[in-house]
Amino acid sequence: MSKDYETVIGLEVHVELATKTKIFCGCSTAFGGAPNTHVCPVCSGMPGALPVLNKKVVEYAAAVGLATHCTINQNCKFDRKNYFYPDNPQNYQISQLYEPICQNGYVEIETEAGSKKVGIHEIHMEEDAGKLIHDDWQDCSYVDYNRSGVPLIEIVSEPDMRSADEVIAYLDKLRLIIQYLGASDCKLQEGSMRADVNLSVREAGSAKLGTRTEMKNLNSFKAIARAIANERQRQIDLLEEGRPVVQETRRWDDNQEYSYAMRSKEDAQDYRYFPEPDLVPVVISDQWLQEIKSRQPELRDEKLRRYKTEYQIPDYDARILTSSKKMADLFEETAAICKKPKKVSNWLMVEAMRLLKEENLEPEDLSFSPAHLAALINLTEEGAISGTVAKEVFEAVFREDVDPVSYVEEKGLKADTDADALKKILEQVIADHPQSVTDYRNGKEKALGFLVGQTMKATRGKANPAMINQMLREML
Amino acid sequence: MDILQDTAAALGKRIKAGEVTAVEACEAVLERIRQRDQELNCYITVDEEGALARAEEVQRQLEAGRLTGPLAGVPVAIKDNMNTKGMETTCASRILKGFVPSFTAEAVGNLEKAGAVIIGKTNMDEFAMGSTTETSYFGPVKNPWNTAHVPGGSSGGSAAAVAAGECFYALGSDTGGSIRQPASFCGVVGMKPTYGAVSRYGLIAYGSSLDQIGPLSKDVTDCAMILEAIVSHDKKDSTSVALTETDYTSALTDDVRGLRIGIPKDYFGEGLDPLVKASVLQAVELLAKRGAVVEEFELSLVQYAIPAYYVIACAEASSNLERFDGVKYGYRAKGAEDLHQMYKRTRSEGFGREVRRRIMLGSFVLSSGYYDAYYLKALRTKALIRQAFDRAFAKYDVIIGPAAPTTAPKLGESLEDPIQMYLGDIYTVSVNLAGLPGICVPCGKDHRGLPIGMQIIGDCFEEKKLIRTAYTYECAAKEGGSHE
Repeated sequence: MSKDYETVIGLEVHVELATKTKIFCGCSTAFGGAPNTHVCPVCSGMPGALPVLNKKVVEYAAAVGLATHCTINQNCKFDRKNYFYPDNPQNYQISQLYEPICQNGYVEIETEAGSKKVGIHEIHMEEDAGKLIHDDWQDCSYVDYNRSGVPLIEIVSEPDMRSADEVIAYLDKLRLIIQYLGASDCKLQEGSMRADVNLSVREAGSAKLGTRTEMKNLNSFKAIARAIANERQRQIDLLEEGRPVVQETRRWDDNQEYSYAMRSKEDAQDYRYFPEPDLVPVVISDQWLQEIKSRQPELRDEKLRRYKTEYQIPDYDARILTSSKKMADLFEETAAICKKPKKVSNWLMVEAMRLLKEENLEPEDLSFSPAHLAALINLTEEGAISGTVAKEVFEAVFREDVDPVSYVEEKGLKADTDADALKKILEQVIADHPQSVTDYRNGKEKALGFLVGQTMKATRGKANPAMINQMLREML
Repeated sequence: MDILQDTAAALGKRIKAGEVTAVEACEAVLERIRQRDQELNCYITVDEEGALARAEEVQRQLEAGRLTGPLAGVPVAIKDNMNTKGMETTCASRILKGFVPSFTAEAVGNLEKAGAVIIGKTNMDEFAMGSTTETSYFGPVKNPWNTAHVPGGSSGGSAAAVAAGECFYALGSDTGGSIRQPASFCGVVGMKPTYGAVSRYGLIAYGSSLDQIGPLSKDVTDCAMILEAIVSHDKKDSTSVALTETDYTSALTDDVRGLRIGIPKDYFGEGLDPLVKASVLQAVELLAKRGAVVEEFELSLVQYAIPAYYVIACAEASSNLERFDGVKYGYRAKGAEDLHQMYKRTRSEGFGREVRRRIMLGSFVLSSGYYDAYYLKALRTKALIRQAFDRAFAKYDVIIGPAAPTTAPKLGESLEDPIQMYLGDIYTVSVNLAGLPGICVPCGKDHRGLPIGMQIIGDCFEEKKLIRTAYTYECAAKEGGSHE
């Protein structure tokens, strides 16, 4: 490769909104129902059915727009996108083309070269399609309309990204914003967040954009990074060979680490967009917009700053705690109960993260209650349980959200505070380790630690280390 | 007295008084259908068993005092593009033959709540596309006044059924004149309410921004009563409007003193049958004698209404009819080798010529590169037409003209020349484009005995003015004897 190439990337991100009901009917959006159980005449395209807009969708879309510095179009409209496919029961999708709800925003991402703004061209609302299930055995296809009509927003970025790292930073930023807003859980693997990558290359320094391709079927950050590297190289190879890049849609196969062309611009469909006559324009009054604004929660960047000042949490820790809304909520709620933010941070940063990693889970999957973690911290602080026992109890809290107080009680894990019983054990330990006793008496402080350890072992971790320490000193 | 001579209002009264039962009324209608519908073909579906069972149930409820409305027990016919739960609904198309909806259209449900007995579903132009009821997959409807002629369309089955006594009143739908024009051809009263007054939920869409359900009836009193029953604010239809003054029967007053009537000169020019013109102007004369102030004026833009209408209606239809694809319900072509072949064959075999023509037209005007030149221009024309009406209604309470340029043409004449058929909609389509209410009342007959209708147009949600004007004319015509 003789020349230097620059990669230019723009993203189309679909996010499934966390509404309880669909965008144009009252059907449930819940996952996992038996096929065609969350359907009605509207979302299955029956003749005579009409759509009615779910206001919550507008609120979520506007909230995401506000958090990404967009202009909110207070008079937006829906359009029909016409195309035939069996997963699309009306054979048109209700979407927004001419007057989307949000336009001209940006998000700030951290790059190696410092912070950078990635422009957002627009955010629009639309409905999801159903799902086709192919039965190769019977050589036929079935269609399930449970997902048909689930609300989506599509966030279209400007072609402002230059590397896979920037793309991932951008996606991560969007994910955090949207999760913080409660507008979606944004899980790439489960498809509640889906990204299509528009990529072109050009010679470094050139002002003209190259021909772009659109890459679909990217189900993880890793797949996105691999697909970008692969597509960049594919286009450079073509240009080096003097062949043109064809504007087309490609599908990424992450197992084979290869993409293939789905359709080119020539056979691109004419969607015959036109204003949806069954819906009236969406008028977002000043008052409604104000209400949405006033409900905007504290977003990640603000939270990060506050953790450092209000709780004196170090930057690194604060970043991890705020890297998921779930984790941040747990942290704050627990800290509010037990008033020991640093201890809470410690448990989450060390034990919770370790267990998440072991179980191959995401912070979003944390499911225990703040009250239980607070109770555990209090037990430890009171000396009611030892550190070793505390870790064991935490695992139980993590996995089954047990109440630490009753758990400790039931399992008999309470630190022994019976001085007479302990004294007997100590006498035995002293008798068993005369050398250590001599060392201690000769000024070797370390020997005391050894004896404490031996005592803990003898009590199977149930004794209170502070109490052992004090009694040992007295006895020696 | 023959039950079938009654208007819906008269029958409702007699049923309530115990002089006639709902079952007797239903049987009388079914008997008339047996006698005449073989020839007229007004109905696609007659639900004899269901109607009789329903009549019995309504009669019980009437006797128990649970139904008290003026329409309780009165048999009604429903155009076959409105969903009726459990009863086949075809839009007069092969593609929906055998389709049984899972829910009832809101307007039909409102009638059921008022105690209506649904006799069956009336024939129509396929998907309401046509002006003669000849595009039906189930064969044409014939005009009861002269069976060599069409009843008009697309609600031809509903209009003819009312005229022939095969029901006491009917529901139709009007996208570009589909209630008013067949009312005119069949000598009955037909009203297209203001867009948004009657819920479209359950109406199988043709042109969504223009479609409106309305009554076809024997007289203006029935029309007001039916309108009162079907108007509702329906949250299931986003374009449905919440109205307060819906006591339409209170407008049944014989009084037009001081009412300002505008006569658009553009509605009385070239192409209008002289006999139709004379009849309508004579009717206006009667209203003037009753104290109305009549004035001629230029409405303007009339010549642009038809192209604008056909662009918008076909564009919306091309998208609305996409759901009929052989995947979920209705007709599916056999033997297709892949999905696209299945789509193509199903839609080619399932839709008739006129429907295919309008889908093609609509797809064309929406396609990339043509959208601005056709669709957007049509939308702008629509806005200008609305402005022209706004100017007129600043000066006049109502506007009066013909509903159609001629009386009913002979069967077979219109299909040969679709452009000529489209031009026949000249006096009706503007009303849909502007979202206005319009009523058509009979005002005479031509030398062949075919009825002529007068169209009264009002400003949005001024249905009461239309009813008052139409009712006054009806009274005046009765007094003075009709001028046939």
